Amino acid sequence: MSMRNVGIVYRKELTEALRDRRTVISTILVPLFLFPVLSVGFGALAVSLVGKAKEETPKVMLRGGEDSPAVVEGLKKLDKIEIVPETPDWKDQIINKEVRAAVEIPAGFQADVAQQKSDTVKIFNYEGEMKSEFATEKVEKYMKDYRDRVVKDRLAAKNLPETVLNPFEVKQENVAPPEKVSGAAFGGIIGYMVILLCMTGAMYPAMDLTAGEKERGTMETILSSPISRMHLVLGKFFLILTAALGTAALSVLSMGVSFSVLSHYTGQSGSGRAAAAGLLLKLGPKTVISVFLMALPVAVLFSATLMTIALFAKTYKEAQSYLTPMTFVVIIPAVAAMLPGVELTPKLSLIPILNVSLLCKELVAGTYHWNYIGIIFLSTCVYAAVALFLAIKMFQRESVLFRS
Amino acid sequence: MIEARGLSKRFQDKKRGEIRAVDSVSFTCQPGRIYGLLGANGAGKTTTLRMLATILEPTGGTALVCGHDIVERPEKVRSCVGFLSTATALYPRLTAQELVEYFGRLNGLDEPTLKKRVEDIFNRLDMNGFRDRRCDKLSTGMKQKTSIARTLVHDPPVMIFDEPTLGLDVMTARTITAFIRECRDNGKTVIFSTHVMSEVEKLCDTIGIIHDGKLLTEGTLAQLREKYSEHDLEEIFVKVVRPHYVPSETN
Repeated sequence: MSMRNVGIVYRKELTEALRDRRTVISTILVPLFLFPVLSVGFGALAVSLVGKAKEETPKVMLRGGEDSPAVVEGLKKLDKIEIVPETPDWKDQIINKEVRAAVEIPAGFQADVAQQKSDTVKIFNYEGEMKSEFATEKVEKYMKDYRDRVVKDRLAAKNLPETVLNPFEVKQENVAPPEKVSGAAFGGIIGYMVILLCMTGAMYPAMDLTAGEKERGTMETILSSPISRMHLVLGKFFLILTAALGTAALSVLSMGVSFSVLSHYTGQSGSGRAAAAGLLLKLGPKTVISVFLMALPVAVLFSATLMTIALFAKTYKEAQSYLTPMTFVVIIPAVAAMLPGVELTPKLSLIPILNVSLLCKELVAGTYHWNYIGIIFLSTCVYAAVALFLAIKMFQRESVLFRS
Repeated sequence: MIEARGLSKRFQDKKRGEIRAVDSVSFTCQPGRIYGLLGANGAGKTTTLRMLATILEPTGGTALVCGHDIVERPEKVRSCVGFLSTATALYPRLTAQELVEYFGRLNGLDEPTLKKRVEDIFNRLDMNGFRDRRCDKLSTGMKQKTSIARTLVHDPPVMIFDEPTLGLDVMTARTITAFIRECRDNGKTVIFSTHVMSEVEKLCDTIGIIHDGKLLTEGTLAQLREKYSEHDLEEIFVKVVRPHYVPSETN
């Protein structure tokens, strides 16, 4: 096989792709800037909105409490809460967000507490509404602190230590290394991302190099040159593959940097996002190479399949209508791998996409099941080879190339 | 030289069943001569020329182009053919020079030869003013010159033109017809399809009239005038085709 011709076609396709605004946007700019915009941009927006909500002094309506002056006084002294008197439409006011919550102190509450009788303080709020929940938290914290003080006082009055109520502690302790912990939590996402981005990266060039070429009238031009159709297909295929892997690599890089910037910005070192950032930044070269090595046959599978399907279309638009549903075909098994409890089994290791997605989860967590790696790599290579063979065959069918 | 021997092409159509686009067509084109394939739309001209250029594979018969069989050695055939039609567009995002170089490389030219060929062609066709301009920014005339340069870059001995002037303005069409003449004068074998009678009269040494996939008659213009006792080519064409003509509603 003359790789010279394949190389000529590849270089030409690469030159054209880099000059095409749509390809540059979908393959380079979107993966590079999507995550910063989505995570840092939206993250910062969310942080700022939450911050503003926390700064607001919510109005809390007091119901009852006339015979519990100490409790009421304590509530009124709370920082950043405005206690307002009760009105008959208190429920509507909460629903209409005029007041954020209402606290109901039962009649004779303070006296009941003194006489060691049990009572219930009710807090009414608007569930799911952030500012209402902040107000509720503040009131609830005050009431719990008050209860703790009462308990302490009672124990002290009877000369009993606090350990009477808390005879022992229960503690969890993690023994797995940090990369395995974060790998188990976020490894599935990395596999999913790499697979999905390989697909989206391959999609635009696959349409442009087949249906786009038909639409622009250059298919007949190239078919009149002495290059064999197999070399032509391979040259195009390698460009689509480059776009698929390039998009995935740029996305993972961009995701790692964005999450790390975000965790720095929010200062939430223990949060999920920060853990994901830590994981991405801590991924050693071994893991990165393993994940991309496993993604390679998947990218080949996508590139060849998308190219074969797009070749059927007469126009770019027609190709879009064929390929868009393919996204769902890929998303479903990739998402299934992220479901809790779904783990590699011999049967699942033969299901394309799902198998690689599950394996990536293991690889990121630092677990190397060599038998599964072998089965999955080989089976995906077989699927990819079949898809590439079909693409070459399709390029030799006049009914497909000159479909009218 | 081109030698078509019973060249046939059948297509399967879901609604119309089997279609014989080209039916046992045989003819010979000699070097230094222009063979004109004259026919109405849908007569089978494009399919015949696409088979000769090995873009389509015949379902029957064969042809020899530069001594190579189009079925057995299609890649060899393509390397000695320059194919130009209104359907052979240019890559919009390549410059004129990049495009010509691309086809030169695909035709197996080494870099020093390619460089020399490109310089020669760009000088000859006066293309230096737009050699670094992208094809999507070229005027129609510039595009035609670039297409001509593409077909010439490997200096093929056989030129196939499929309705090359279709939809072009007079000045651009003249560039093409002048180029076709030049090819003949340089000893190339030229086959050319059209439905424009005046072009055939001006250019062709041999004329073949094709209709419904069949080559109905062929000869020089003088031979056809004598055979059909008509001077005007259009009248000759009508005389040849009318007995075989079926209105499109029933075809």
